[in-house]
Amino acid sequence: MPAPTVLMGAVAYDPKVVTIWEGFRTWLRGRGLDFDFVLYSHYERQVEDLVAGRIDAAWNSPLAWLRAERLAAADGTAVRALTMRDTDQDLTSIVVVRADSPVRQLTDLAGRVVAVGAIDSPQATLIPLGHLAAAGVTVDVRRFDVGVGLHGDHIGGERDAARALVAGEVDAACMIDANHLAFVQEGTLPPEGTRIVAQTARYDHCNMTVRAPESEGVRLFGTLLLGMSYADPQVRPLLDLEGLTAWREGRTTGYDALAAAVDASGFYSLDGRVTAPHYRP
Amino acid sequence: MSWTPVAAVDLGDLGFGSGAHLLVQRALAGLPPGGRLAVSGRDPALRVHLPAWCRGRGHRVEWPDRSEANELVAVVVRGSADDDRWFGAERAGSALPSALSSRPPARWGLGARGALLEAGGPEARFDLDDRDLVWADIAPHLYAQAAARQWDPQTAVPWDDPFALPADVEAAVVQVMTYLVENEQAALVVPARFVGRIHPHFREVVQLLAVQMADEARHMEVFSRRALLRGAEMGTSSAGGRQSLFTLVAESDFALASFLLSVLGEGSFVDLLSFLHEVAPDPVTRRICWLAMQDERRHVVFGMAHLEHQAQLDPLLRDRLRAAIHRRHDALVDTAGLNADVFDALVVLAAGGWQPNDVSAGFDRVRALQHAMDQGRQRRLVRLGFRVDEAAALSALHTRNFM
Repeated sequence: MPAPTVLMGAVAYDPKVVTIWEGFRTWLRGRGLDFDFVLYSHYERQVEDLVAGRIDAAWNSPLAWLRAERLAAADGTAVRALTMRDTDQDLTSIVVVRADSPVRQLTDLAGRVVAVGAIDSPQATLIPLGHLAAAGVTVDVRRFDVGVGLHGDHIGGERDAARALVAGEVDAACMIDANHLAFVQEGTLPPEGTRIVAQTARYDHCNMTVRAPESEGVRLFGTLLLGMSYADPQVRPLLDLEGLTAWREGRTTGYDALAAAVDASGFYSLDGRVTAPHYRP
Repeated sequence: MSWTPVAAVDLGDLGFGSGAHLLVQRALAGLPPGGRLAVSGRDPALRVHLPAWCRGRGHRVEWPDRSEANELVAVVVRGSADDDRWFGAERAGSALPSALSSRPPARWGLGARGALLEAGGPEARFDLDDRDLVWADIAPHLYAQAAARQWDPQTAVPWDDPFALPADVEAAVVQVMTYLVENEQAALVVPARFVGRIHPHFREVVQLLAVQMADEARHMEVFSRRALLRGAEMGTSSAGGRQSLFTLVAESDFALASFLLSVLGEGSFVDLLSFLHEVAPDPVTRRICWLAMQDERRHVVFGMAHLEHQAQLDPLLRDRLRAAIHRRHDALVDTAGLNADVFDALVVLAAGGWQPNDVSAGFDRVRALQHAMDQGRQRRLVRLGFRVDEAAALSALHTRNFM
């Protein structure tokens, strides 16, 4: 009997993606799953190929998950989140000002220039802007479009926004919580040089999106991913590169804030078409 | 309450941008996976940075009721990633040179001897990984001695002492120095070819060879500097001399290369440097030959020590050593051996004048040097277990180029 198969899509936002998935492929094939992957240059085609059945699984950004969900629903089918990283759960985004800024709270930002990441970054653009809009604060958005189509996986836009804040070109900058810490530690942001004026509610990030109902191969894929152990020296370097210590069961309860932001900004239509103006992945 | 923390840490004003993770990590280290740590502190970014830091390390965060919060920020539930990382870890042997592994595995690679090694990582290829092949118990002691006796070529030699030599004597010094430089170059390259192949578990041997190379580098410097002290031209280099040195550099077996270089070559060189120290016509030449001789003695001691050890364990070693001498002799049989210019220069230096009697006496002294070299080689061969008559025969086959 031939081994069950899975063809997974991943977005090549960094050369390390090849190292990670070639390593995982060896590990998965050694456990009875005929696994392979294809790389995409952006998330939109990956999602379309998943829903069209050309790939079995898509290692999706949260934005790509939302679009997959909408495209599948429009098609009369369904997708589900098979797994996610432990580090994909309960993230927050923050709005940061310079320490000497007169801005004390969110509402003080009204009318001021706020730097965000790329147009399609959930964590550095869509979710924090949604948070500001929900508070009724209208700001002048200055966008840093690095790696458009990668849904914010490329850190460049966030870092450029942080640099613009330090340079005094903008009044505030938006970023994910962990990147604020990273920017302080790497020196992009001076220690004690910034103040956090707003923090979003917790949300979830990437997930391994699959079509429902799952094939035998996809079920085995999920079981094997959940069985990967940080104690296994073969996969630990790959887990480190991918930024997790364990795979978790997928959940879809952490995407409401992003869905609201997508609807408010008109990024995708309800049936999953790309409707954001000026978005050219 | 089920979530009651069992440990607490107060970060004060310290934030994660300034090292707060060290205090959290230290407190978590005392807890089992699942153990709870109450973290309090006053840094304004703590509520953002603490969970972000925990997330990347597989720790969970629980939030207290706001009503309970004074300076309590969160409760961290220790994850297992820190322990998992060290699952299957092993020590790279004992740290002490007295308890060496006989065959350290390739997976220990560049890890420090005795370090706790995370599993995984590359299998480094250090093919000289047999204790009996590379180790000598005297290596740590010799290394310490070598490190303590490093000298500064600038200050250890009286470069500015006034002296003036007749042109032909100066030319003889330049010729001998030219010869010494090319020999020292070979003596540097030979250990350099092996030092990267020796398993780092035997680090004292690697250190010793590294210092040995540094010794040769200094020798190359001081001999070159003496050659050019009064002029701008070096002496001659014969094809046969370079051929002899090339056979030394080409030897790819560690034991055989040590044998040919240290036991036979550098052993003879100690005699040569001692001779030059005696007949040197100026204070600079005298001093640098003495300094180099001290270093070369150490090289011979190590070469002898690890080969003696190996010869006791491996009865076939002597066959290989014997074959190496024959092989080198055969390769050099059609070459001239020692550069005639070098031989003549040694006679001139030993003669100390141009009267027939002086030359005759100088000639005799060089002959006596060659005899002393031969006797020394025979003694060392006997110490390695060769019979007296065979030692004499083998010594006679040694290159006429001395090294």
